[in-house]
Amino acid sequence: MMNVDARQNVRVEVRGLRKRFGENEVLNGISFNVEPGEIFIIMGPSGSGKSVLLRQIIGLEEPDAGEILIENEPIHSSDVLQKYRMAMVFQSSALLKSLTVGENVGLYLSEHQLKTPEEIDRIVREKLELVGLKGIKDRSTSELSGGMQKRVALARALVIEPQLILYDEPTSELDPFMSVVIAEEILKLRNRIHATSIIVSHDRDLAFGIGDRIAMLSDGKIMQIGTPKEIKESRDPQIQRFIHAELNANSTKP
Amino acid sequence: MFRNLGQLVILFWQTLWSLPLTWRQRRKVFDQLFEIGNASLLMVCVLSLFIGGVLALQTGPVLVERGASSVLGGMIGLAFCKELGPVMMAILIAGRIGSAMAAEIGSMRVYNEIDALRTMNISPIHYLVLPRMVAIAIALPSLVIFAIPVGWLGGAMVSALNGRISIGFEAFFGDLRTMVEVGDVFNGVFKSFVFALAICTISCQQGLITIGGPRGIGRSVTKAVVNSIVGIVILDYILTRTLLYIK
Repeated sequence: MMNVDARQNVRVEVRGLRKRFGENEVLNGISFNVEPGEIFIIMGPSGSGKSVLLRQIIGLEEPDAGEILIENEPIHSSDVLQKYRMAMVFQSSALLKSLTVGENVGLYLSEHQLKTPEEIDRIVREKLELVGLKGIKDRSTSELSGGMQKRVALARALVIEPQLILYDEPTSELDPFMSVVIAEEILKLRNRIHATSIIVSHDRDLAFGIGDRIAMLSDGKIMQIGTPKEIKESRDPQIQRFIHAELNANSTKP
Repeated sequence: MFRNLGQLVILFWQTLWSLPLTWRQRRKVFDQLFEIGNASLLMVCVLSLFIGGVLALQTGPVLVERGASSVLGGMIGLAFCKELGPVMMAILIAGRIGSAMAAEIGSMRVYNEIDALRTMNISPIHYLVLPRMVAIAIALPSLVIFAIPVGWLGGAMVSALNGRISIGFEAFFGDLRTMVEVGDVFNGVFKSFVFALAICTISCQQGLITIGGPRGIGRSVTKAVVNSIVGIVILDYILTRTLLYIK
């Protein structure tokens, strides 16, 4: 992490990405670009390969074919993770249960010995305050609600001051109020540090509310990429079905 | 099986390679040392005392009957420090600590905590495996050094108190002193050091490859303990053969 680019955001390019688990082709030739500082949303039905795609982008899994470029450098080349600051907010929050909230948030700084313990303590308090969680530094992560855990995960990502930040279903399992809080935090974060953001979500309100562009994914293929307005006006029946899906209680009556 | 062996060798090699980073992880090493060493001490005492006792109970009357009672102390001394001490303590630690290692790391893997570490550019080997490896490599030989005299004491007590043996403490330890050399104790301690590395590598590897939910974690724990015990027994034979050859 010593060789940090002065620029705060990065360009991501995904070219012809393919991934197969056994007989199941999860990603089938995915290509798109995410511009620096953009909030790019990946939407699609469950099982369409969204989370797998995110794991490939951050380098947790290797694709069978295709490549992912961060500022024109392949993600799997040895020094990309050293060179660019990247963070991911997991759907399950993925906080380390053996650590306190403060230790989780400051983990990146303490493990890489980037700051003194006093500075880490100050930064942790600052980031927790930023996500509206003042005074919970010494609490155990198991004492927190789902929404609080998500915000702690966000604070942990903020500590890295990421140039690229990935969110996997950031509003899942949250009540509508907390979903709005998280969406606002994502937007504030982009406005404050100009990080490039890639968000995987089912949440139509989140996608149309904060996304600069949206990619609609189905069966491992991208159906359409466009601005929220373009997606809303899409003539693709599958997209229309997805974005206008509503429960019709009358249809279930005998 | 060969894939598993390959993964074990790679994990062990990567952990050895990261040894220079031990000082950075010292807090976690101390935590693990406490968990492995201090928390196992009472169990080690009880186990050693009774193994020494049973050994005396099984062999003592036979040796006395054949007029070979003078070798009892030396025989129990040698058997405990070269074989029973290191092997039984290693099996105890495999059950107690190996299972905990596999469960903790397995749960971290299943619940994405290891992925979270990797996205922060924190190596799971440096963060999770290295402190455990260093701690167990210190703790298990230390426990064996502690277990050996306790095991001898167990043997001596039974030899003295059992009516069919009736060999006093002085005669027991006198015989033990003539037969057991410092090198024999070192032999057992060295074996326990190798067992410690094997237990940690096997258990951490099982944890790191855990898939599925709670059932997957359970499977990893079982495999970690069973594979560790099988590994200890196989390594024991190889080490015994090698050490005899060197001697």
